[in-house]
Amino acid sequence: MNSDQNKKLAIGWFCFTCSEDSTILFTELLNKHFDEWKKLIDFKYIRPLKTKNESEDLDVAFVEGAISSKTQEDEVKKIRDNAKYVVAVGQCACTGMPSASRNAFEEKDIDDRIRWYLEHFDYNKKVQKLEDVVKVDDKIEGCPMNVTKFLSVMDKYLKLFNII
Amino acid sequence: MHSGNITIENITKIEGSAGLDVTIENGKVIDVKFKIQDSRRFYTDAVKKKPLISAPSFLSRICGTCSVAHLFATIKAIENSQEIEVTEQTKTLRRLAYDALMIRDHALHLYFFVLPDLLGLDSILDIPDDHDNLGHTLLHDSFDIKQLGTDISEVVIGAAIHAPIPTIGGFLKLPDESKFPELLERLEKIRPQVLRGIKAFYDYDASLEQDVDYVALRNESKFDFLEGTLISLDGRKIPPEKFLEHFDVVVVPYSQSEGYVFSDNHGNYVLGALARINLNKDTLNPRTLDDTKEFLSIFPSKNIYHNNLAQAIEILHCVDDAIEILKNIKIVDEKPIKKPLKAGVGIGVIEAPRGTLYHKAVIDEKGVVVDYDVIVPTSQNQIAIENDLKKYFNENLDKNEEKLKFDAESIIRAYDPCMSCATNFLKIDWIRK
Repeated sequence: MNSDQNKKLAIGWFCFTCSEDSTILFTELLNKHFDEWKKLIDFKYIRPLKTKNESEDLDVAFVEGAISSKTQEDEVKKIRDNAKYVVAVGQCACTGMPSASRNAFEEKDIDDRIRWYLEHFDYNKKVQKLEDVVKVDDKIEGCPMNVTKFLSVMDKYLKLFNII
Repeated sequence: MHSGNITIENITKIEGSAGLDVTIENGKVIDVKFKIQDSRRFYTDAVKKKPLISAPSFLSRICGTCSVAHLFATIKAIENSQEIEVTEQTKTLRRLAYDALMIRDHALHLYFFVLPDLLGLDSILDIPDDHDNLGHTLLHDSFDIKQLGTDISEVVIGAAIHAPIPTIGGFLKLPDESKFPELLERLEKIRPQVLRGIKAFYDYDASLEQDVDYVALRNESKFDFLEGTLISLDGRKIPPEKFLEHFDVVVVPYSQSEGYVFSDNHGNYVLGALARINLNKDTLNPRTLDDTKEFLSIFPSKNIYHNNLAQAIEILHCVDDAIEILKNIKIVDEKPIKKPLKAGVGIGVIEAPRGTLYHKAVIDEKGVVVDYDVIVPTSQNQIAIENDLKKYFNENLDKNEEKLKFDAESIIRAYDPCMSCATNFLKIDWIRK
């Protein structure tokens, strides 16, 4: 099948609880791929790069980070509803760790200082990996994400949506 | 005249998540809340009970963009706790790796986050595909600059993010010297592109001045991110190990990060490239000094937008410092220095890209981490950011909401805040704000 020259892959890039190392690595990949991807990809939502973001009608949502609050849980469910495919990016999204380290804290480890933050802000009892909350179509493991795998996943969706 | 409250749910083109609430009544700004929103990961607690050898790699995960800063601060704190003195070669290679970090990290902030503000665009994605357009040229310069920083990191420490090679006492593997000539050639070649960026950020005429103090490490012999004494514009001299005696923590109830003030007068202060250039410009690399005289003449500056220019100048300094190191270094085979494990307390204070970073490690006699503290620059800049926003809104309520939001984001962005870092904390008594 010939590619559709006018269509671009509509993607969103979202970050939850993590160091955002995969996001930083993605900005590094732009050093070599910016001109090529700008022609093929419609970056509809990517807060590190733009202010005017839209999160609806996404072909693929790339989601970095673990889910540690009700707000994040609701947000990622909305992302799932708005995207045809969801890709978990990086170790925290794929496995929860190391962001889920606090899941292993024993009661005696939780002092007043930790408790103050847990009680004053929105925290779930446990930190969850992405697929504990929503259906995930692809996983790119690594801390930060594995670049070869990321490029192959991007290529897969560009082909699937008949962009290349 | 703007009359309603202003909310920015998510500030964009920064590292991590932050928001802003401005309360306006009868044409006056009543309250400004700058809220750091990243969820805490409690790594300084999770590192407890781990063997000291695993702490640097674990704590580098505090941050994606300045992971090398956390890695080196952890290593330094633990080496101090174990009384390990590293070799001159280790110090030089760490300096080279740090130059690479600054080149990549500053270029990301300046060209990907700030450049659209300078061009009046939303995003680098909106820069026209026109080779004669300055924005297009600067953006493509940034790809070369960032890539060079990353490539130097890969040669010296194995990766730009969560580098696997630096360890307590030295390096697990020494760099391949055969790769140095190509890096040297690229460093020389990049200088005109870096200078073009300096000129562009010098010409960026945004201004917001605030009467605050500035704090940074100073080494009398050279511009140094890794060694020195903390100094301030008003003449303070603080040895790194006395850090906690000079600063107080302030709980900011609506923010996931604490703020910090001087403990004696409760004044706030600013960290980062602006502080470093304000305090240490005389020690920059001689080539950098020669080529940036005109731009350096505006420092010391109290205009926060000059943090961008200061970062651009630091990129050139790091390029010139890396050239000097690569021209002179002869790698000798050496292994990381090891000593019998002992109980001890160690402090590691260095300059992260965004400012002074403090790590403190408490180790027991078996070499296990029993306590750990981290104080990051974005937390320390938090109160100054909020004060700048109050000043800006009070003086500009005649502008429309879109302009107010755009400017507020650009002020916050000028500080180059990092929210992933900011949600790590220190355990001392709090002052309620």
